[in-house]
Amino acid sequence: MDRRTFGKTALGLAGAAAVTLGMGAGTALAQQKMKVGFVYVGPVSDFGWSYQHDQGRLAVEKALGDKVTTTFVENVPEGADAERVIDQLASTGHKMIFTTSFGYMNPTLKVAQRHPNVMFEHATGYKRSKNLATYAARFYEGRTVIGLIAGKMTKKNVIGYIGSVPIPEVVSGINAFTLALREVNPQAEVRVVWVNSWYDPGKEADAAKALIDQGVDIIVQHTDSAAPVQTAQERGIYVFGQASDMTRFGPKAHLTAIVDDWTFYYVDRVKAALDGTWKPIDTWGGIKSGMVGLAPYNTAIPGDVVAMAEKAKADIMAGTRHSFTGPIKDQSGKVMIPAGKHATDEQILKMDWFVEGVVGKLPK
Amino acid sequence: MALIRLEPRGQASQAMLYLTPVLAVVLTLAAGFLLFAALGFDPVAALYAFFIEPLTTTRGLGELAVKATPLVLCAVGLAIGFRANVWNIGAEGQFTLGAIAGGGVALAFYGEGGWWLLPLMVVAGAAGGMAWAAIPAFLRTRFNASEILTSLMLTYVALLLLSLLVNGPYRDPDGYSFPESRLFEEAAVMPILIEGTRVHLGSLFALLAVAGGWVLMARTFVGFQIKVIGLTPMAAGYAGFDQKRIIWLTLLLSGGLAGLAGLCEVAGPIGQIMPSISPGYGFTAIIVAFLGRLHPVGILLAGLLMALSFIGGEAAQIGLGLPKAITGVFQGMLLFFLLATDVLIRYRLRFGTKGPVVKGVAAKGVAA
Repeated sequence: MDRRTFGKTALGLAGAAAVTLGMGAGTALAQQKMKVGFVYVGPVSDFGWSYQHDQGRLAVEKALGDKVTTTFVENVPEGADAERVIDQLASTGHKMIFTTSFGYMNPTLKVAQRHPNVMFEHATGYKRSKNLATYAARFYEGRTVIGLIAGKMTKKNVIGYIGSVPIPEVVSGINAFTLALREVNPQAEVRVVWVNSWYDPGKEADAAKALIDQGVDIIVQHTDSAAPVQTAQERGIYVFGQASDMTRFGPKAHLTAIVDDWTFYYVDRVKAALDGTWKPIDTWGGIKSGMVGLAPYNTAIPGDVVAMAEKAKADIMAGTRHSFTGPIKDQSGKVMIPAGKHATDEQILKMDWFVEGVVGKLPK
Repeated sequence: MALIRLEPRGQASQAMLYLTPVLAVVLTLAAGFLLFAALGFDPVAALYAFFIEPLTTTRGLGELAVKATPLVLCAVGLAIGFRANVWNIGAEGQFTLGAIAGGGVALAFYGEGGWWLLPLMVVAGAAGGMAWAAIPAFLRTRFNASEILTSLMLTYVALLLLSLLVNGPYRDPDGYSFPESRLFEEAAVMPILIEGTRVHLGSLFALLAVAGGWVLMARTFVGFQIKVIGLTPMAAGYAGFDQKRIIWLTLLLSGGLAGLAGLCEVAGPIGQIMPSISPGYGFTAIIVAFLGRLHPVGILLAGLLMALSFIGGEAAQIGLGLPKAITGVFQGMLLFFLLATDVLIRYRLRFGTKGPVVKGVAAKGVAA
């Protein structure tokens, strides 16, 4: 609420004429402070993807509040609007701008070319330039851990998976989950429903209901709202949350969640920008770097299953377990990753096929 | 004895027809003032940041035009249909088909484009929208199916079709399987009209549509037929006006304009085909059409106002940290006050208890 009080004191006293003065004073005050902007695709209150990015922003304020001020814009549609918002941030004195959704890639690149002195960071994309860095998380590592848990917790051996859009990040998540699931439970299979949206509580709840009616007893989501968690709670089945700890939306149903933790990354990058050591690099962090974590385990998970999950986490960190270790077959039985090898980053980044055990086809 | 009474007017007030939108804006601003104060923001600074500041730079004005373009293009067409009681609710779908068809031309000729490419895309975009609107027109004229339902439902079909295409044939072959087309080449992108802004050729199309819509409605026999059919279908029948022809005409016209708007978005500020190309322009255009009193010039103003409410919401969040939900609140208040003040068109306010009217009538007016 600091921002609000600031707004009140700096801008509050006078009328429209004084507004410009007030803003001038604000800039003078913040002369030493670097302005950092964040663009979110959902509302900060989604308690999922955008919420976690906002937690990262708050961490930056907390750690570097004496050197930076932050701004965010939420609910920015991917399309013609994104470029306007990003440009608006760049032309209102923001020296560093994080754009946190894939669909912002081309708009961010366009604005970055127009503002060569501003540092841009785009999440989950693949285009970089001399002032545009990219970053993403190896969410699939988390999917491996929850896949193991699901394999032990399912009774009916059918898992429902709510997919957002069929991009490699989501497909590799489904595959990593399914591989781990069948590692501990070879009979289990995964049913995928696409909702074609990252945040649509209505559609997500409908997808959850449809899956439950088909007889799944655990739901996994790769969408950002807590609606599937709430639905699972109502219908008395288990669910894994996405992006942040969603326990509060379904305390009984919520087994754990894959938590995206951007705090370290954002603080590091803003520090680098302040030091002048910032470079337009690509970062792809996983469990080891702390970018991907797991929410506290539900007490319904037996101790040995928790121990197994923790061991898998430790192995991933130590580099002794890889989510895509061969032999891996696709749905038709063709060997995609031979025995003794694991998928390269390139293969994961371009993944557009399902592993054996996934029911349903990828839109082509 | 009430101090203020509503008294029915013999005839709808022309003055109020145009004054109520202004009154609605004023009331919205006043309510916004109170709302900001209640939220703990300085209301003057907040209203300034929301409604004035975005207009203080050339870029800001340009963005207003960019945002208003698809709204105005869609709304002009819709309004003409609404005047004839043809309720095309599916402009969003026709918009999407325009983008699919026009953008598809750009992708089909990728790397071979010349001067002819953009005109061809424009034609294809409008044709795509028309084709999508032709389905409700056919169903209405042949089977008397409500175009409200068919056009609305076709919107979802259109969005799924778009999603199918960007995940398949339209997908960028070098794009890491992300559901997006490649960026259009230079020859397939709308030229920028004002240097330093994103104002593109589509804005000119929108102005032409406003002018064309006005000429059609005010100066042509077809426009007259549309109005008569809308006001008194029976009279139109006696006069021998072909209602089916007007249904086809208004649906094709509104579909074509929505399709053109869709093409202008993908060939304009977006520059490629994405899974989400419209944040609901086709639906917002319905509000714009009514806010503009179904009159082309009114629609132009209403489109600009609605665009400002979108842009202002962002500007206020960047400048003052106001929550973005304010945008929706403002749009809702605007509609609410417009509907609330519309009562003044048919009723006049009487102060005090005296008056030449029979009391029974006034009482009936209040009850209604």
